[in-house]
Amino acid sequence: MTEAINPLAIANPKMSARDVKVFYGAKQAIKGVSIDVDMDHVTAFIGPSGCGKSTFLRTLNRMNDTVASARVEGMITLDGEDIYSPSMDVVQLRARVGMVFQKPNPFPKSIYENIAYGPRIHGLAHAKADLDVVVEKSLRRAGLWEEVKDRLHDSGTALSGGQQQRLCIGRAIAVEPEVILMDEPCSALDPIATAKIEELIHELRGRYAIVIVTHNMQQAARVSQRTAFFHLGDLVEYGVTSDIFTNPTQERTKDYITGRYG
Amino acid sequence: MTGPALFLLLAGLGAIAWVSARARALRLQIVARATGRRDAVHSLPGYHGWYVALWTIAPAILFLAVWANIVPGLVTQAVLADPAAQSLPMDDFYRSAILGEARSIATGAQAGAFNPLAQGLVEPYRAAINKYGVAGAVLAIVLAFAGGAYAFTRVRPDFRARTRVERLVMATLLIASLLAIVTTVGIVASLLWESFRFFSMVNPLDFLFGTKWSPQSAAMGYGNEDAFGAVPLFWGTIFIGAIIAMVVAIPLGLMSAIYLTQYAQPVVRKWMKPTLEMLAGVPTVVYGYFAALTIAPALRDFAVMIGIHGASSESALAAGLVMGVMIIPFVSSMADDSIAAVPQSMRDGSLAMGATTSETIRKVLIPAALPGVVGGVLLAVSRAIGETMIVVMAAGLAANLTLNPFASVTTVTTQIVQLLTGDQEFDSAKTLAAFALGLVLFVVTLLLNIVALRVVKKYREAYE
Ligand SMILES: Nc1ncnc2c1ncn2[C@@H]1O[C@H](COP(=O)(O)OP(=O)(O)OP(=O)(O)O)[C@@H](O)[C@H]1O
Ligand SMILES: [Mg+2]
Repeated sequence: MTEAINPLAIANPKMSARDVKVFYGAKQAIKGVSIDVDMDHVTAFIGPSGCGKSTFLRTLNRMNDTVASARVEGMITLDGEDIYSPSMDVVQLRARVGMVFQKPNPFPKSIYENIAYGPRIHGLAHAKADLDVVVEKSLRRAGLWEEVKDRLHDSGTALSGGQQQRLCIGRAIAVEPEVILMDEPCSALDPIATAKIEELIHELRGRYAIVIVTHNMQQAARVSQRTAFFHLGDLVEYGVTSDIFTNPTQERTKDYITGRYG
Repeated sequence: MTGPALFLLLAGLGAIAWVSARARALRLQIVARATGRRDAVHSLPGYHGWYVALWTIAPAILFLAVWANIVPGLVTQAVLADPAAQSLPMDDFYRSAILGEARSIATGAQAGAFNPLAQGLVEPYRAAINKYGVAGAVLAIVLAFAGGAYAFTRVRPDFRARTRVERLVMATLLIASLLAIVTTVGIVASLLWESFRFFSMVNPLDFLFGTKWSPQSAAMGYGNEDAFGAVPLFWGTIFIGAIIAMVVAIPLGLMSAIYLTQYAQPVVRKWMKPTLEMLAGVPTVVYGYFAALTIAPALRDFAVMIGIHGASSESALAAGLVMGVMIIPFVSSMADDSIAAVPQSMRDGSLAMGATTSETIRKVLIPAALPGVVGGVLLAVSRAIGETMIVVMAAGLAANLTLNPFASVTTVTTQIVQLLTGDQEFDSAKTLAAFALGLVLFVVTLLLNIVALRVVKKYREAYE
């Protein structure tokens, strides 16, 4: 079965994908995925390595445009607007759909400059005072303010791994996105830093639509309300997280959840 | 026996030693293996072969090397002991001139003698050279046999020939690398020594801070004061190598690196990068022609046209521009490396924030790559100021202290060439000045290189 069941088709989804296929050269990495993502829930993508979670996530803010061999078919909308239509400005799109990567990747600049980077390039704040406000607000939302408020001008790369990742989240938040995509944001972090990020995701929920890719099933269960299981480029099952984990309808989902492969 | 024949013979002996030692080791090992003990056999037969061959050849060669150095002395002594030498004049100068002439005739380098005294010494010379030549050859062969025989007796199954050979290989490699270091030290020592002699004639402060350079007047006996002020040379070097050339090379090199790493299609990159790097392989003398014959006259005409005074057919600008072009591939490949070393995740991070490619380059990639680029530029400067051919051909000899790029200036390297060409005694201040200039150049280049490598290394560590 390749056609995904979509019991959660929502009346007014934040983002919605219809029959999305992604090719790297001749190789097909995503084989027709349809899914809706909404504002009120955190959506987790799970699945074995190489099944296309990152690839699909990157289609949502067109980061695949940076891969020369990648080609995307199908339709993806943000608030009903086709993001692959020629009239869509990628710069605008990425300001609205932010991304946090697997490895923390702060710029080799000060903490302040890391956060101010986005607002500057998008012209959201001009005066120094405005920028200060944005920086403080973003760092507070990223749960990092208390830890760094006295050393805003130290290098961002001098922070611990967990702090760096929260800095990257703060950097994404600073441009007031509507959707935040996170690709295994905790896989390079220790358990305590991971717990902090998970807590942060809870706090951000509702304000932003959040999609998180994770290999850690407990994490998916802890932070998300919706879970999508991918396998070999297919969306096998998508549903309420607790249902997926306790009562999967698909055999492959059950095998993966119970650890029979992956 | 002639040299080549002797070497062939030694090589032949070595080959025989190799073959027979190997065969013997093989035979012994077969026997030893039959005993069944694992440690009965240590090295492969080939190692035994090499061990014996080296023992055959190396002592003989070493002996010959030493012998070749002491023989001339022995020959001269033998000749002086000859009755024919009694009539030689006591004056050292004539004596050695006559001896030299006789030697030349004896070895066949010269056909006949001008001095009858020399003619009389030819025969004793011939005899002595012959005698010591044969003696050396015989001793070498005896040594070869002795060494070979000694080593051959040691060929036993459990003999650790491999360890010995490896140790010798290591020693050879060590000597090879030491040789390079020793040479460098020697060069520096001679530079220091000659410079020291120069500074005993000319006050170092006058040299380093004086603004008038006219070594010719010193050579003509007007005294050393005021003749060796090297500031105009330093200025010319900096003006051409560190200013004009860099104004050309830094932006162009950087931009081509950015284009190649960020914008170029893989196919374009595949062709353009080697082509650009080929520029680095053009001999500098060709750049020199280009600067002197094409660029310099064109610049002069241009300067005259727009009414600049003091435009010369040799100019700082011509040399600097062409040197800049020469340095482009250097800067661009260093910049290319540093930009490529910035992790992809940094680029992704910026693009995912909605930055455009050029914003990403300006605000993230270049700042992140900057230390590497700066290191590259420093290396380029150190190359530019040591560059000789272009400036010799295009910059001129006039030691002007000027800001006018159309005027002729001179550089440290040009003056070194100038000071050392032509007939000069080797202890005049004029000639020795070349060494002092060389020393300054050496020290500056060395410092630049050290700083540059530090910067580059530190920056590499930051991403590892
Ligand atoms: N740039 C690329 N070029 C070619 N093929 C790629 C590229 N990126 C990913 N792929 C291929 O696409 C498929 C899906 O990869 P993707 O990275 O999306 O998997 P993933 O589910 O995120 O895996 P993981 O859990 O290991 O991160 C894989 O088979 C991968 O080899
Ligand atoms: Mg992935």
